[in-house]
Order: sequence, then C-alpha cells, then structure tokens
Amino acid sequence: MPAEQPPRVPEGSKIKVSALREGTVIDHLVAGTALKVLKILGLDSDRSVTIGLNLESKKMGHKDLIKIERHEVINEEVQKIALVSPNATFSIIRDFHVVQKLSPSLPEMIENLLRCPNPSCVTTDDRVRTKFIVVRTDSLRLRCHYCERTIRKDEIELL
Amino acid sequence: MPVNASDALSLAGRDLISVRDFTRDELIAFLDEAEAFEYYTSPILSGMVMGSLFFEPSTRTNLSFSSAMQRLGGSVLGFADSKVSSTSKGESLADTVRVVENYCDIILLRHPFEGAARLASESTRLPVINAGDGTNQHPTQTLLDLYTIRQKRNALEGLKIAFIGDLKYSRTVHSLIETLSHFDNELFLISPTSLRIPPDFLEELNANGTVYHEDEDFFSIAQDVDVLYSTRIQQERFPDAVEYEKVKNAYRIDRETIEKLGGKATLMHPLPRLNEISMDLDDYPGAAYFDQVRNGVTVRKAVLSLLLGKTRV
Repeated sequence: MPAEQPPRVPEGSKIKVSALREGTVIDHLVAGTALKVLKILGLDSDRSVTIGLNLESKKMGHKDLIKIERHEVINEEVQKIALVSPNATFSIIRDFHVVQKLSPSLPEMIENLLRCPNPSCVTTDDRVRTKFIVVRTDSLRLRCHYCERTIRKDEIELL
Repeated sequence: MPVNASDALSLAGRDLISVRDFTRDELIAFLDEAEAFEYYTSPILSGMVMGSLFFEPSTRTNLSFSSAMQRLGGSVLGFADSKVSSTSKGESLADTVRVVENYCDIILLRHPFEGAARLASESTRLPVINAGDGTNQHPTQTLLDLYTIRQKRNALEGLKIAFIGDLKYSRTVHSLIETLSHFDNELFLISPTSLRIPPDFLEELNANGTVYHEDEDFFSIAQDVDVLYSTRIQQERFPDAVEYEKVKNAYRIDRETIEKLGGKATLMHPLPRLNEISMDLDDYPGAAYFDQVRNGVTVRKAVLSLLLGKTRV
C-alpha cells in the first residue's frame, strides 16, 4: 500500500496570520527560543499571542517568530531577549503600521536581570542586586561584577 | 624609588578590591611605594584607625595588615571571627559596613563569599581593602608576589615564569597570571590534567597575546626558568587517594629539581606548604617564600598609606 502523501501546498503559498493592530512582532529569533522568550515576557493570559516555530528563513535557515497583541516591548525586555537571541528584531505596531523598529544591543552592564550561577557569590543573598559586565558579544561572555566569575551563554539564568 | 605625586594622588581614596581595577602604572606605583618603605618608615598613619572585619579566620593576613598599620603609627579595631559580629544576628554586610565606617578611616574585609568586598565598597564612603573574598581575589597577595618577583629578578618583564601545582583552584595563581599579563613574560603552566588552568583564563591570555606553554611534565619547563611558583595540591580535590599520592610527589621540588632547571630560579610559594617544597631548599639562595611573607608587610604599608592619601612627602 503506498505511503500516505502529505496534502499538496500550492506553490508560493504562505501561512496566513491575521495582521496585528497594536502590539509587537518579534522576528529572527533563534529557532527553539520562542517559548523561552515568552517566559521572559511573562505575559497575561488574556493577551493573544501567535507563535511561529522553526519557520524557514533565508538568512537564518530556521527561525522562530512571535506576534503579541496589545503589548509594546520595553528596553529591559529587549535586553533580556538579546541574551537568548542576539539578532532578534522587534517591530512595534500601532494601527496596523510599524511605528518603531528595535534591534537589541547589549549594554556594558546588565543589572538585576540575571542570576549568578556561582553558589558562593555574594549575590545569592536576595537583598543584593546582580550586575554583569558584558566582556564579549561575539561569543557571549559576561562577568559577574561581584564574584568576577565569567559566564557563558549556556550558563545564563534569568531572575 | 619614590612615587611621583600624581601617582600617589590617583590612589588616595580608592578601594583595593581586585587587581583588575588597576592599570599597569598604578600597580607599579604600589610596588614603588613599597620599595621606598624598605628604607624609610615613620608614623605617617598616626591617629588613623583601620577597621579589620574578618568574617572568616585568616591569621596571617590579619597579622600582616595589623603589623603594617601599627608600624606606621596607626591603630586597629575589629573582629577576627564573624561569630562575634552582628552578622550572626542576621545583619546584612552593607549595614555592618555602614556602622563600622563611623569608627575608622579605612576598612579591611575578609569574607567567605565572593564579591563581598566589592559589595562592601559600594556601601561606604571609606576606602575598602579586600583581604580575600572566597576563592575570588586577594589583591595584596598578588601585589606582594609581584613585588617579590621584581625584587629578586630586578625586572617585571622578559622573564620565564613557571606555575606548578593546582592551577585550577588556586586563587593566588589566577590573580598573579592575570596581573602578569600587563607585562611581557613567557609563562609555563605545569599541572596534572585534572587541575589545569580554567579555559577562561587561557582565553584571556590568548586575547592579550601572552606567550604560554601548558604541560603535565615538570621537566618540560625551559632550563633557564627565572621564577618557579609552586602551589599546594589539596587532597580534597582528588576523589582517589592513590591518584593524589602520585600527583603530590610528581610536583615536589627539591634540590635536584632545582639543579635540573638550571639552578638559578627564584622559588616562590604562597604558604603554608605541605611537602611541595623540600625543607632542604630553605637555605637555597633562590628560596623566596619567607621573603614573600616579609614583603607582605612592606606592600601592605604601601597600600594603606596610598589609599589613605598619606604619602611620605
């Protein structure tokens, strides 16, 4: 018996997602990071969110994409997202039009966003705000301002 | 060599938390000031008080700083054990420091948590000296090591310097290697595979162009090595006692090893030693480990006087 064929997709067709009236489109996320990004944003359950996972991308091979209704990302959120997906792009939409585009850039110092993975760091006391110096951005390296431990991308833990 | 006024001024009121915070010229200014104290001492810190907060015991560092302060005419108050401080009642470090700053002119802090000295420095208007924060930094140890190298070799550049032993966990070695990267030297990093220097340090050495060689074999070191810096290999780093015994003996330095390495190396160790350095080397002219202890007081005099802005002029 011949194997069942997937339904034919007409050439040139695209997945249709309803246009966004107000909100943010986060594009060019590293494939597999969309759910982590949603966790970073910690959105209310009454907000509509459209997620595209592992979409084909000319530039990236594969990418994730998120559309969020009625939420304009703020700089702190952009910085956090940059830590997991440094080349993500952010389009702020008002009345169906892009009114602002943001590209994440890591600041010299990241304050109170991350947890230091060193169990002997003084910041394990919750009364202390964490601070990390961005040492390298190409192959991401952060250094805890307090214990001076160097942290790689896979060790990053958000507060 | 006397420090020029501008160098001295730039250090007044500063904290000494990490050697990373200082430029090459500032590091040299500490050494120059220390050198001057070899020939000159007077009660320039008379009337000044050092608040010495030891949240974990460290008798040598405590005694060395107290000796330096008192020999310059200053006095010392504080505690040598956190059990007697209000921390045992749950007080935050920041609050302890804010209270103590009213009793003294400079704060010396030893703490088991890494980053504690930096946090303390952000909580007070007084200069803070880090006397060791966990396995992170112990900057006056680094300065006294640097001072001893310059004293014994009459240079801080163009040297072949070998580090032997536990290069993975040794705070002393990490700090000294980082600091030496300000100067142009050739480094030999000799350790068992399980105690190799962490990759992040090698990345830094690569980034600043430091020439280094890594090996397990003691005798891979070039024969004409100038400085041999040995560290203690701690048994608790090895899950297997047999493995520890093998490694411990492989990195033991005695008269024969010194001869094989050219017989002229300055031999350093942060102490306390176990059996890393044979006792029969104590009268070897290159043995510098007890000079390091003496230099510790000299360097700490320099640190206290420069941070307090009380120079000899």
